[in-house]
Amino acid sequence: MGDWMTVTDPGLSAESKNISQYTSETKMSPSSLYSQQVLCSSVPLSKNVHSFFSAFCTEENIEQSISYLDQELTTFGFPSLYEEPKSKEAKKELNIVAVLNCMNELLVLQRKNLLAQENVETQNLKLGSDMDHLQSCYAKLKEQLETSRREIVGLQERDRQLQCKNRNLHQLLKNEKDEVQKLQNIIASRATQYNHDMKRKEREYNKLKERLHQLVMSKKDKKIAMDVLNYVGRADGKRGSWRTGKTEARNEDEMYKILLNDYEYRQKQILMENAELKKVLQQMKKEMISLLSPQKKKPREKADESTGTVISDVEEDAGELSRESMWDLSCETVREQLTNSIRKQWRILKSHVEKLDNQVSKVHLEGFNDKDVISRQDHEQETEKLELEIQQCKEMIKTQQQLLQQQLATACDDDTTSLFRDCYLLEEKERLKEEWSLFKEQKKNFERERRSFTEAAIRLGLERKAFEEERASWLKQQFLNMTTFDHQNSENVKLLSAFSGSSDQDNRTVHSKPQQKKPPSVSHGSPVCTSNVTKSLPASPTLDSCQMSSCVSEHSSISVLNITPEEMKPNEVGRECTNQTWSVASRPGSQEGCYGGCSLTYTSSHVQKDDLP
Amino acid sequence: MNFSEVFKLSSLLCKFSPDGKYLASCVQYRLVVRDVSTLQILQLYTCLDQVQHMEWSADSLFILCAMYKRGLVQLRITVWSLCTKSVSYIKYPKACQQGITFTRDGRYMALAERRDCKDYVSIFVCSDWQLLRHFDTDTQDLAGMEWAPNGCVLAVWDSCLEYKMLLYSLDGRLLSVYSAYEWSLGIKSVAWSPSSQFLAVGSYDGKVRLLNHVTWKMTTEFGHPAAVSNPKTVVYREAEKSPPPGLGHLSFPPSRAGTRPLAALESKYEIASVPVSLQTLKPAADRANPRMGVGMLAFSHDSYFLATRNDNVPNAVWVWDIQKLRLFVVLEQLAPVRSFQWDPQQPRLAICTAGSKVYLWSPAGCMSVQVPGEGDFPVLSLCWHSSGDSLALLSKDHFCLCFLEPAEGRAALGQQDSRT
Repeated sequence: MGDWMTVTDPGLSAESKNISQYTSETKMSPSSLYSQQVLCSSVPLSKNVHSFFSAFCTEENIEQSISYLDQELTTFGFPSLYEEPKSKEAKKELNIVAVLNCMNELLVLQRKNLLAQENVETQNLKLGSDMDHLQSCYAKLKEQLETSRREIVGLQERDRQLQCKNRNLHQLLKNEKDEVQKLQNIIASRATQYNHDMKRKEREYNKLKERLHQLVMSKKDKKIAMDVLNYVGRADGKRGSWRTGKTEARNEDEMYKILLNDYEYRQKQILMENAELKKVLQQMKKEMISLLSPQKKKPREKADESTGTVISDVEEDAGELSRESMWDLSCETVREQLTNSIRKQWRILKSHVEKLDNQVSKVHLEGFNDKDVISRQDHEQETEKLELEIQQCKEMIKTQQQLLQQQLATACDDDTTSLFRDCYLLEEKERLKEEWSLFKEQKKNFERERRSFTEAAIRLGLERKAFEEERASWLKQQFLNMTTFDHQNSENVKLLSAFSGSSDQDNRTVHSKPQQKKPPSVSHGSPVCTSNVTKSLPASPTLDSCQMSSCVSEHSSISVLNITPEEMKPNEVGRECTNQTWSVASRPGSQEGCYGGCSLTYTSSHVQKDDLP
Repeated sequence: MNFSEVFKLSSLLCKFSPDGKYLASCVQYRLVVRDVSTLQILQLYTCLDQVQHMEWSADSLFILCAMYKRGLVQLRITVWSLCTKSVSYIKYPKACQQGITFTRDGRYMALAERRDCKDYVSIFVCSDWQLLRHFDTDTQDLAGMEWAPNGCVLAVWDSCLEYKMLLYSLDGRLLSVYSAYEWSLGIKSVAWSPSSQFLAVGSYDGKVRLLNHVTWKMTTEFGHPAAVSNPKTVVYREAEKSPPPGLGHLSFPPSRAGTRPLAALESKYEIASVPVSLQTLKPAADRANPRMGVGMLAFSHDSYFLATRNDNVPNAVWVWDIQKLRLFVVLEQLAPVRSFQWDPQQPRLAICTAGSKVYLWSPAGCMSVQVPGEGDFPVLSLCWHSSGDSLALLSKDHFCLCFLEPAEGRAALGQQDSRT
């Protein structure tokens, strides 16, 4: 549409376009929107239309075209293009003004139409996007619907499955129950059968027994029967008593006596227990009353009627109970009263404790707030106070300084100045003295240390000397041995000596750092060449390893020495324990060790079980 | 702790006399009576045949030796008087696990009888063997009975096929019937507390149920799970360790090793931290007398503790605190527990596991002691002297005495007293 606007000049073409529009509007359909749409769709045709319109008017048919236009315009309600004929015979004249007006009106109309078209188009766009949006919404919802439908189906399926399972389980349970019932029946029937069989067997067994008995008895062989060879006389010389009705009665009596004694004993125990429980109850009651009575005043003051009445009730009860010594009565008569009163008191106590708990929690909360406020106030007050003090102090210092300056400024006497100076000198002297004494002490200490150092050095030197001598002698011997063995490989010997020398030097460097002023005479034979070799072989690996191993062995021996005392102890204990196991009854000396071991276990267990009573 | 030398023994027949003065032991067909303090032989009797049973009389004046091989068939009980020539016969005794029981004061005897496929109990007065009471019991197959220590209540239980405990008064009244469950193997062991206050019933379900003497209802039940998780329970676990080679051993290893081959393994107790799972045995369910359930039960002399053994956890001894009615200590041994017995004077438990060690537990702690001697000494059984100062340890063919220090015992006792 836009390019149509730009391409075509707003002349006739536009007008014709409008005309065509209007004509189509009137002729084709009443709904302008639709027609406009159609027009919009027919935009590319505009060129053709233009060409067609351009062929509409030519030099020849001006008159006709004007008349045609006039006709058309008049049908649309425009004023006629022709002037009003002044006379009938006069030819119709083209009214230029009317033409121009017409054109103007047409142009205005055209603009309006364009505007309307634009509006309609934007609206159309909007509606189109709305439509799209709604369509997408619709699609989404449809999808959702589909998924939810699917879900529902799934859930239904699961529900069905679960129900199926449930049914199966129910069936299984029922089966199991049936099985149990069946098994129980079987067991019961088996039991009865077993008992029946047993009875039968037993009867058979009894018969056999009887038979055996008869067989054994029929022999009547006195020799088989057991006899007592030597009778033991009774200590009291009494003879066995005859069995009579009297003894029977006596036995009965005795039996009942024993039973009675037992029952009496038990009753006594129960009574004792009862008495103790009663005592505890009484004490509890007393304590409750004493606990509740001091603050029964407060509730009364507060006019707390309910508790007040109850407490007075309790008091009465207590009075009654203490007045009559009801505790000694049998429980039956007192029980109800007692339990009631205790219950009542307990209720009071409970409510009281609850109240207290509430109060405590309240107080706690309030207390927190109060404390907070107070502390803040305190803080502020304190800071203020302190600031004030600082101010005062500053002022004081200022005044003092002023006073001092004034004194110095005013002609001070010589005496006073000398006195001042003396004062300073004395102070300094004192300080110097102190320092002097400190120095002296330090010096003494240094001296002592130096002496000890020198002593240590001397001692080390001596030791060193001895060691070197020993080494020299040993090497000499070695050397001699070597030389006696074979003279041919003297190279080896040299090397060996070199090794020894190097080792010696190594030793020296390793061991004797503090004592460097070692006497040179101590160094043994094998002089120059050894040093050479040491240079070429600074540290022979064999020697190193040898030293290392010795070092390690030293270490291990030390560690052994360290460990052994610890390990010895359990060992000793163990040995003692085993010793005691070996000891024979007549040896009392070895028992202590065992006892020690035992006590060890005892203590350990005791520690473990301290929480037990 | 000291040990005597080792003496010969056969069939585990070694008993202290009731008055604590003598010790009788049997070696094949010989009966040896020794003085307890010196262990010197006081008397030596020779029987005609191998002794199979031996027992002291209550006054410690007589000893009975039984040679069953020389016996004859008897289908009744015969009571011979040792003073007079009177003989009493009791018919229809029932041969069962524990069919005859005397009250502790020796005044009454209860006897299980079987007549016409029904169980009966007869109570006799022992002074003249007069029948005092005779009543039938509602049992399928009576398996055992035992008097309460005070002699007033008789506990009667059915065979293991049915859990049923019946309690009768001395005058034959049925006091109560207790059954914990049905359709399963029932009672395996029963023990009265010395105070007659509790009756502990161990059953095949691995539980001990305590019945009280007032209502004869269950006071509590003690399960024996293989996992101990209560942190208040102390679990002592025996651990075997070869002693660390010290300097002494290294100096002359050959001579040492030659003289002491057995002392190489020391065992001691370690306190295991809970939860602990104990070694269990899976019992064969298709065999008779399955190894499961509580088979051993014993109260300490003061009724404060109860020691039990669950047969499918054979290495463990449970000690229960009866005052608090809860598990107190579990001792787990390296080998199955053969026997345990309480000291008759103080809460002290001696345990043996057929190894050459004896184990002692008291509330203060526990220890294991190696039995000295040449060769192995597997302790199969043990019995306390009535004073609690010594302990006889029996193996298959030897025995020895173990003397405990009285001071040591008293110290332990003192601790116990201070704690209770």
